[in-house]
Amino acid sequence: MALLEIKNLHATVGDREILKGIDLTVNCGEVHAIMGPNGSGKSTLAQVLAGRELYVVTGGEVIYDGKDLLAMPPEDRAREGIFLAFQYPVEIPGVSNMYFLKAALNAIRKHRGLDELDAMDFLALVKDRMKLLEMDQVLLNRAVNTGFSGGEKKRNEIFQMAVLEPKLAILDETDSGLDIDALRAVAEGVNALRSPDRAMIVVTHYQRLLNYIVPDYVHVLAEGRIVKSGGKELALELEESGYAGLGIEDVEEAVGKV
Amino acid sequence: MTAVAEQTGAWLESFTRQQPAAPWLQDLRNAAFQRFTELGFPTTHDEEWRFTNVAPIARTNFVQVGRALACPPEAQPYLGKYAPFDHHAFVALNTAFLEDVTYIHIPRGQVVEQPIQIAYDAPSGVAHPRTLIVVGPDAHCTIVETYSGTGSYFTNAVTEIVAGSGSVVDHYKVQRESPSAFHIGVMFASLGRSANFSATCISLGGALVRNEVSATLAEGTDATLNGLYLVNGTQHVDNHTSIDHAQPHGTSHELYKGILDGKASAVFNGRIIVRKDAQKTDSKQTNKNLVLSDEAVIDTKPELQIFADDVRCTHGATIGQLDAESLFYLQSRGIGKQDARSLLTYAFAQDIIDRIKVQSLRDSLERVLFEKFHERAH
Repeated sequence: MALLEIKNLHATVGDREILKGIDLTVNCGEVHAIMGPNGSGKSTLAQVLAGRELYVVTGGEVIYDGKDLLAMPPEDRAREGIFLAFQYPVEIPGVSNMYFLKAALNAIRKHRGLDELDAMDFLALVKDRMKLLEMDQVLLNRAVNTGFSGGEKKRNEIFQMAVLEPKLAILDETDSGLDIDALRAVAEGVNALRSPDRAMIVVTHYQRLLNYIVPDYVHVLAEGRIVKSGGKELALELEESGYAGLGIEDVEEAVGKV
Repeated sequence: MTAVAEQTGAWLESFTRQQPAAPWLQDLRNAAFQRFTELGFPTTHDEEWRFTNVAPIARTNFVQVGRALACPPEAQPYLGKYAPFDHHAFVALNTAFLEDVTYIHIPRGQVVEQPIQIAYDAPSGVAHPRTLIVVGPDAHCTIVETYSGTGSYFTNAVTEIVAGSGSVVDHYKVQRESPSAFHIGVMFASLGRSANFSATCISLGGALVRNEVSATLAEGTDATLNGLYLVNGTQHVDNHTSIDHAQPHGTSHELYKGILDGKASAVFNGRIIVRKDAQKTDSKQTNKNLVLSDEAVIDTKPELQIFADDVRCTHGATIGQLDAESLFYLQSRGIGKQDARSLLTYAFAQDIIDRIKVQSLRDSLERVLFEKFHERAH
């Protein structure tokens, strides 16, 4: 049985249709890259899977681990093992990273019928996972993402993923805003978490990240639909010919921001 | 009988039943009561009381339990000198019923490390707690004033603080009155040259509440006014602050935060006066409100009166709901929606709690807030 099955998914924001019929099947152990120009719907897909209310699903279905994903509130999706690494991690002043993560982990453990971790066990787990991301422990005691650099925020996302151990991780433009060293550290963290029991969907605009996180499958998204799917070589093909090579207009390139 | 006479008549009886005091004190009481009968209770036609209707206080006949007179004669040079009753009916009423004065005097240069705790547990009926804190030059102290009680009653408190030059004074007021109590609490602080003063007002209880803080600064005085008010149900809490930069080089920082739920209402009115001679004044005022329900109401108003030309004064007020993106972020990590809401609400208040320098007070308020928001969430 597939871990995730997306069938003919349609979604709108306001009165604009962003996703216009997405079909995608992801099995355990697989890493799928979703590439596409800006405005193609990549981030929308990531947020819809995580349950952001801003987007309204107008058609299709999503079966996750045999369950109707779209019927679940965001917290239940997380408890069932879905994790979204945000493109723009949210700053939450007044809530310490440590407290936040412990509350999250214990909510998930409780849902799975496991005992809540006490402070000691939690700290041991956290320290172990911090090493993986080469993260400064000082960040743990600070408020969630508050005053973090762009790189620290992205590391913090992958660090949370390492602690929460999801079944399906969705990484939304995790490479954006990272310098090469931070990119390498984040990618190493992600690679260490690859496992036969876990699937990943890596959303990215650029091929660069895929040099470090090598996908099993690559899908090209344009105007709300998957227009091409292939193996990892498809990403290299895109790198050479650009989205234009597939006859897709890249809004970002068109305005010369690259 | 006029409306004013009708309201003050019941108080006259209690006033005449008081045990006579020392002549200086009795004179003060008499003058204050005379003024009270002239002023009567304020109405919403008074600009200062526009959003706070004290009619429920004015029309209640409170039982007045006479208490033993306890006012040390050393208080005479200060008592009533800093809390003027000419224009304030409640200060006049408090002064007219002066009985038990809490007088704290910290001599010159003395540093008191331990916080001084003053706890006012209200009797039934009405009480007029009076606090007088005199801090000598270069002395340091921390005062924690707590108000609590059970049932229906009226607390009409006045606190006078005189801080000498170079002194360091941190004052905390924690208002945890019963849900059906009336509380009017007025504080006047006269701050000396280069004094460092902070006043934190945490307002949690009461049905109808008014907290007033007035500070007058001298040359180079540094004043911080922080506040947190939590209202729910049909509570009404009014915070009036006044910072008077009377002389040059003064600094004032003000941060008041409010959390409103249910059909509750709150007021923030922040007056800042910069006198003609008070050049190089640096003043910042911020009021932030988190409104959790559709029916809660907040009236916020800065009131800047600036007569000097070389000053820096900023003010800002915000009124907002919980941030949808933050809520989603917490939920996306497995935290339930209601827990996420209470966590964010708590975080909003945390900002003020973090600024409290007394560890034990910070801890106890953290617990109170955590329980309060948790209980709301479940």
